Amino acid sequence: MQPEWIMGLIGGLLIGLAGAVLLLGNGRIMGASGIIGGLVDGSGHGDRWTRIAFLAGAFLAPLVLMGVVGTPETRATENLLVLVAAGLLVGTGTRIANGCTSGHGVCGISRFSLRGIVATVFYILAGGLTIALFRHVLGVI
Amino acid sequence: MRLLLALLSGALFGAGLYISGMTDTTRVQGWLDVFGNWDPTLAFVMGGAILPMTLAWRLTRVAGRPVAGGQFPAAPMPELDRRLILGSTLFGMGWGLAGLCPGPAIASLGFGGISGIVFLAAMLLGMMVAPGLKARLDSPVPAE
Repeated sequence: MQPEWIMGLIGGLLIGLAGAVLLLGNGRIMGASGIIGGLVDGSGHGDRWTRIAFLAGAFLAPLVLMGVVGTPETRATENLLVLVAAGLLVGTGTRIANGCTSGHGVCGISRFSLRGIVATVFYILAGGLTIALFRHVLGVI
Repeated sequence: MRLLLALLSGALFGAGLYISGMTDTTRVQGWLDVFGNWDPTLAFVMGGAILPMTLAWRLTRVAGRPVAGGQFPAAPMPELDRRLILGSTLFGMGWGLAGLCPGPAIASLGFGGISGIVFLAAMLLGMMVAPGLKARLDSPVPAE
């Protein structure tokens, strides 16, 4: 097995453990878009501090690990138009679908939720087609 | 208690995303790029994450209630609707374009530079306008 696959598996187990802590501890589903979105549109005002605590942990942990393990680089595009379009699509899409890779993907699939599975199939298909079109046909990304 | 558990969960989440390489947009795009140099790492991350979560969902049946009080989430809704399909499709398009989704956008904010900040700002704007779009999707289509 390639070392990056092993790191993927270890990181994945930590992500699953994170979801288990939030579910068994606070009774909440770990969905990043829901946690952020509830702060942005006010729907999560009641438990805003637990949302902020979660996001603070997610923001700080990589900074602590930086220099010890992993790649502290996103290697993201610097094309502002692509970044803005992508951000708008991710923001609106996840809130309309009520979930993203963590909520529908990790937490939904693991409880055999049909909605989680269908959402995951659609965002992976859409992502794959978008890459195929914008990278291999148009050569933009 | 709730705050500490949320902080711990967030830290594990951020550490997992970072260690797994999911804050590296080229890895995420590499997984979606089946016609290019395909990178299977994301499948290992997903698989690794689903394992403990499956166990956690089973434990909710035994535990009765969460450690910090309250209730476990209700059973998932069985029905599919156009919001789920349309929203997930839009999300997937953005995910493919930049290689970022909401979790990694937060986890990489500290080292992602201007690109990460621009993406996050646009994502937050999208989340702000989403409730209005959602309401419009719910209203019946007027007859021609």
